Amino acid sequence: MKPQSTFLIIAVVREGQLDNLRKLLSTMNKTVGHADPQNSLVPFGRFNHLHMARFVILEAKTAADMKAFGLPSYEWRPSLAFLGDCDGDTDSFLAELEKYAGLGLEKIFSFCEDFTEETTNLLEWMKNKHIRPSANYINWIGRTVKQVHEEAALHRSLSAYLKKIVADVGRGNPRALRQKLLSHIEVEKHAGRITLTPPSTTPICWRIRNLLHKIGIPLILLLLLPIILLGAPFFFWRLRMLERSDPEIMIRPERRHIQELSVLEDHDVSNQFNVFGHVKPGLFRLYTLKFSLLLLNYSARHIYNCGYLTRVRTIHFARWVLIDNNRRIIFISNYDGSQESYMDDFINKVAWGLNLVFSNSVGYPSTRWLIKDGARQEQKYKYTLRRHQLRSEVWYKAYPGLTAYDLSLNSRIRQGAEVRQSSDAEIRQWLSLI
Amino acid sequence: MKRSDNFAFDDLQALLRFGHGKLTDTCFLLLNIADAKAAGEWLRTAPISSAITATPVPDTALQIAFSAEGLRAMGLQQSIIDDFSDEFIVGMAGDENRSRRLGDVGDNAPQHWSWGGQPNQVPHILLLLYAHKEGIDPWKKTVEGKTFSRAFQLLSILPTDDLGSLEPFGFVDGVSQPKIDWAGQQSSDQHERDRYSNMLAAGEVILGYPNEYGLYTTRPLIDPGKDSLASKLPDAEDEPALKDFGRNGSYLVIRQLHQDVSGFWQFIDKVSGSDLEKRDQLAARMVGRNRDGSPLAPLTAEPIPGIALKSKDNHFTYELDPIGNRCPIGSHIRRANPRSGDLPLGVFGFISRLIKIFGFGLKRPDEDLIASSRFHRLLRRGRAYGPILSPEDAVKPEAPEAERGLQFICLVANISRQFEFVQNAWFMSSKFGGLQQERDPLLGIREPLINDNKTDQFNQPAASGPAQKTCNLPQFVTLRGGAYFFMPGLRALQYIAASPTSKSGDQP
Repeated sequence: MKPQSTFLIIAVVREGQLDNLRKLLSTMNKTVGHADPQNSLVPFGRFNHLHMARFVILEAKTAADMKAFGLPSYEWRPSLAFLGDCDGDTDSFLAELEKYAGLGLEKIFSFCEDFTEETTNLLEWMKNKHIRPSANYINWIGRTVKQVHEEAALHRSLSAYLKKIVADVGRGNPRALRQKLLSHIEVEKHAGRITLTPPSTTPICWRIRNLLHKIGIPLILLLLLPIILLGAPFFFWRLRMLERSDPEIMIRPERRHIQELSVLEDHDVSNQFNVFGHVKPGLFRLYTLKFSLLLLNYSARHIYNCGYLTRVRTIHFARWVLIDNNRRIIFISNYDGSQESYMDDFINKVAWGLNLVFSNSVGYPSTRWLIKDGARQEQKYKYTLRRHQLRSEVWYKAYPGLTAYDLSLNSRIRQGAEVRQSSDAEIRQWLSLI
Repeated sequence: MKRSDNFAFDDLQALLRFGHGKLTDTCFLLLNIADAKAAGEWLRTAPISSAITATPVPDTALQIAFSAEGLRAMGLQQSIIDDFSDEFIVGMAGDENRSRRLGDVGDNAPQHWSWGGQPNQVPHILLLLYAHKEGIDPWKKTVEGKTFSRAFQLLSILPTDDLGSLEPFGFVDGVSQPKIDWAGQQSSDQHERDRYSNMLAAGEVILGYPNEYGLYTTRPLIDPGKDSLASKLPDAEDEPALKDFGRNGSYLVIRQLHQDVSGFWQFIDKVSGSDLEKRDQLAARMVGRNRDGSPLAPLTAEPIPGIALKSKDNHFTYELDPIGNRCPIGSHIRRANPRSGDLPLGVFGFISRLIKIFGFGLKRPDEDLIASSRFHRLLRRGRAYGPILSPEDAVKPEAPEAERGLQFICLVANISRQFEFVQNAWFMSSKFGGLQQERDPLLGIREPLINDNKTDQFNQPAASGPAQKTCNLPQFVTLRGGAYFFMPGLRALQYIAASPTSKSGDQP
């Protein structure tokens, strides 16, 4: 298995260059906000290991919200964020980026401070500006871009062939149908039209690190348990106090803002999502947030790593990143369906999980006991989220037209082709997927 | 949120409570306001039907709804209009992004509509007249009175006809409706709503009452201190110092859906080899009901709140048919209302609840993809139009062409969460419930996806294994017009009526 990793490069945009940068970035798009995979700056389609990528300009549009806490708004200069999700480790992907898109990236980053096209070493610079997420979610750890494409092709091919043989021999005999499909796969493989690359071996150091993480975190928590238990009453007392007093900021987002966001949406079956906001002031909130993100990251890595994040099955990749000295948080995701249906999933299926994290950020609808209410205050929640949302200037998805559910369906079809089912019922079940 | 049984029916337009099904003669008018003062004068005495019950049942009815442009033309302050939802203000055709989401593209695109397609020319008023057979003309005269012709400009009369209980494809329509929980007896608390219920919080349809989240939907609230006209409006329950302009009102979504009846039956006839039984079966599978309205999904013995146990047409969920062997997942009625509760099946206590909340313990990979139907219900009040064409006649090559279809009307409190969600995520999505390459068999557009994947199939899961695929479905339904209206409560109507004359003197 080849585990995925992420990259995120953030750099301040030079004074007065924002519009020019936007203009340059828009030349990468085929339609509004959707990258042309063959664009000349960063030809995303050339990178066989790249799942998703985007350019976002981080602007603190809601900076004035800090006033509600009686605080001045922290200074934030508009910054360019370039991020993505890839197979293999970050460093080799960055090197690949330099190799195949070096010139284009230099052109883009020359709009950023402390980058000069002539003198800066691109790779070093990117590594310096690289920020790791506090929590990261991958729909299916180890499912590579290559696998996605191969399995989609398999499904297409089987689907067309099944239709033909059903017309020829009927649907009465599942074993005969399966036999025909399996030989079809062999023929197609031989002709080079279907490839099913076996999973590669998992890098040993990744496995060790993963195991240590898997055991280490619970172990540390176990050791700290007495302290946690002792501290819990104080924690909840303080939490309830803050939950009662933290200002709720309910400002209806401007229509123009929503318009700018929705221009980018619903061209494909999936969409991109960025929200950018403040962490609530005070160490209490910061550490609550950090602890929640730790739990989230742990469960995403070791529990929710095969197709679902609690009840939600529409997220391909998502990450939570603390920046600006832990004063701000960015949430970035790639999801299936419309914004309204994404909100629906959030509110009706995992409001508690969102509350755990986002109730520690400024403007979020009030919660009780960290997990109650919050996102369940539907209208307030939708307003807050939309208001903090930023558009992606450029967005790339390596497999347009496919949802996360499609990807898992295709994998199940492949498994069925590789592991022989014993009973007729199982064969029928497999045939019904195709 | 418990509430007593004395709902303010006298302030509610009747359409929210009754479908006027016995009043078979209808006339739906699209109007523009020509003279706001005259319009106000007419409105002050117009016989708008309220939702109180009367014996004998009235033999006429009149309902009225305004678009955002209409409210503006009546002289309502912009600040009031701005407090309505964005969908209402911008309009159904006013935003390309909305059109894309709703599937209003290609032949459905607003530029092809016969009305409502120009964003700056949305009709001001939708006036709905109902009467007994042959009774509509005298009723229209009565309604119009003296000032009507001076007040309004008639844009068009939307066609409606009495097709009995059928819709133009020949199926019994309007079988299932949410049952409004007037008394507010049902809890909206998630912990008590694991399973599907057909009872719906009044606030899901009527503004000013708690919705299924137990909260009040955003709507215009007015400070009576600044606007003396508002003093006669009802109080806002959630903001007692303010008056509620939205209370007892509802958004009315109307879409004129042209149905290609002969196209539908001829296609079905062709793919079923002109075999009568197969033809009826395929059509029923697409709809999810037989032509007589009986459902394909098996009835359940377990009680469903809001549906009578003996109802042979409605007492079902899809729990007994999870794979869709009887009623395909992609069938029209299953998309329109998947009848799912807040949690997947199998919650018996605290532990099993936690297991489900954390996303574990699913029996099938496609389980729990579509949950919480209660946030996406529509109260439908549509009427059909066009000459009846039976399937038997429709399959004949010489079947007479005619304008046939449905004036689809639904009433909701939140257009984007209810109507637009259902239209987008359930009808037009080719990925609904994990499906592949198919949109709604009846309503769907057939445009391919961005990766050229087709979306013009219809799949029937089969016990034998491979699903039965019907390919190359043409588009059967084309949008001819549509708009978002607001159907005010009766006191709000009086506020609107008084607006043109009070505007200059009363308000700063």
